[in-house]
Amino acid sequence: MDALLHQLLSGLATGGIYASLSLALVMIYQATHHVNFAQGEMATFSTYIALTLIEAGVPYWLAFVATVVVSFVLGLLIQRVIMRPMEQAPALASVGVFVGLLLVFNSVTGWIWSYTIKSFPSPFEGGRPLLGGFISPHELGSTGVTLLVLGAVYLFFRHTRLGLAMRAAAFNPVSSRLVGIRVGWMLALGWGLAAAIGAVAGMMVAPVVFLDPNMMLGVLIYAFAGALLGGITNPAGAVLGGFAVGVIENIGGAYLVGTELKLTLALLIIVAVLVVRPAGLLGRAVASRV
Amino acid sequence: MSVSSSLAATSARARPGWRAVLLALGAAAAVLPAFLLSDYRLFQLTTVGIYAIALLGLNVVTGYNGQISLGHGAFYALGAYVGAILMADYDVPYWATLPAAALVCAGVGYAVGLPALRLGGLYLALTTFALAVAVPQILKYRGLEGWTGGVQGIVISKPDPPAGLKLSPDQWLYLFTLGVAALAFLLVWNLLRGRIGRAILAIRDHPVAAEAMGVPLARFKTRIFAVSAMLTGVAGALGAIAVEFVAPDSFSFQLSITLFVGLIVGGVASLGGAVCGAAFIVFVPNIADQVSKAAPGAVYGVILIAFLYLMPDGIAGLAARLARRAGFD
Repeated sequence: MDALLHQLLSGLATGGIYASLSLALVMIYQATHHVNFAQGEMATFSTYIALTLIEAGVPYWLAFVATVVVSFVLGLLIQRVIMRPMEQAPALASVGVFVGLLLVFNSVTGWIWSYTIKSFPSPFEGGRPLLGGFISPHELGSTGVTLLVLGAVYLFFRHTRLGLAMRAAAFNPVSSRLVGIRVGWMLALGWGLAAAIGAVAGMMVAPVVFLDPNMMLGVLIYAFAGALLGGITNPAGAVLGGFAVGVIENIGGAYLVGTELKLTLALLIIVAVLVVRPAGLLGRAVASRV
Repeated sequence: MSVSSSLAATSARARPGWRAVLLALGAAAAVLPAFLLSDYRLFQLTTVGIYAIALLGLNVVTGYNGQISLGHGAFYALGAYVGAILMADYDVPYWATLPAAALVCAGVGYAVGLPALRLGGLYLALTTFALAVAVPQILKYRGLEGWTGGVQGIVISKPDPPAGLKLSPDQWLYLFTLGVAALAFLLVWNLLRGRIGRAILAIRDHPVAAEAMGVPLARFKTRIFAVSAMLTGVAGALGAIAVEFVAPDSFSFQLSITLFVGLIVGGVASLGGAVCGAAFIVFVPNIADQVSKAAPGAVYGVILIAFLYLMPDGIAGLAARLARRAGFD
């Protein structure tokens, strides 16, 4: 029973990281109906920037903030420079550009920082395991950071004019443009935010899985599974799905399939969702008129 | 793209004499290298033929039918393992592994396509992406080690040419691959030129209209995906025979991405594009290494993005345009 509780709590901790990345994916999906296959590699790139800053002697939290800002600008630039000309292109072209970005980010990361596995510091180290040994300080801390980020995103979208404008641009670009919202820039902001959230997820997961250029590939698959499970049309659903997938991964890994097949478990979750409830837990079913 | 290729088909049909001559010349040009090139160059050409079959499979589903698959490396791996296991454990002759790989991959393709393809949109891309990432893990799984050989993989031996033919094994393998590729291309060409082919294109270009015309979308898409997986699986089995070895790490996620890049660069929805893409896959990594030893992946990615911007119909599309400008049409 204690072991189960332990798996549950650490599942929630990893789930928080999946939830952030799921949210980043869903934000871009909602605005553009594209799935950013490069989201994970962008987050890895950001995490290496953080590592470079920390190794240069910058205090952790300052490096954290700087990385988030740099990632935001990077995401914004990618949308403006690379994705914007592709807005009207068929789905295959945009998927192709995402795959191209994935290759470029992965390769450039390996080129600058080498492919050797590195350890990444956690700001929450040094304490004893908390809650009677059920959860490590890093797990508790990273869950806290994740919840803070998710809360901030929620407040931003619900209670600011800019958030409202971004939601409007995603929901109905034509009408939004008519009322004076600069839809193109709203998309770019969405990309920036998604990249920033991804960077936080990268920095939180790196102390657990160690840093290498392919670090986020597995995390990204779990984020896909989380987004689909929660409903790819619903940000709150994506967050819920991310947490759920983290718990399923940990408990399934401990009791059912072992650690060797963790990625296969994510694939199974994806297939199961598509078979049983394609709209996801909180998503709405998409109906098309014929 | 589809319009131009069908135009080319009609103009060729009007001149059957020319067409027979061209086909004969093409066949001669394809067979000739077997007797001219060194074994190493010949092996490279064999690999081009194998990737051409794999890309043909991917092209059927992603190019012609418009359903994006990012995980065809999984079917290539499956075909390779089916072939290798049959040859190593059951002493099945090499040529008989191809139909077996075709059957298994068509079945698995159908099963994967079934949940993902009844929904439109990017669900297939997501599912196949996850499949491609999971494949090496499944191949290494301890429970399957009795079959797959785990991390070690399986070693098989290169087939001897049939007795009586005075050919080296490499020459024979090249000619054998050429024969299989010709058969595969003939099959796809035949599939695409009739009623089914029009339905396949209609599903890509306007699914709503296609459905209104009575094309059962989900049924078509899953079956086409099965055909596509079958072709790529046959290529995988051939690949295993050619390199005489299969191991999980040769079938990483990178392989699926490589196939996808080959598809775009070669030319989407074009039979010739599959050949051009295969040549790109085989010969360009060497060039990419020369451009940047440190980051060949980045070179690949930049080439991919550049093609999408500047030449979205790929090398084959460019060739077709040049041919039209020169008056061959």
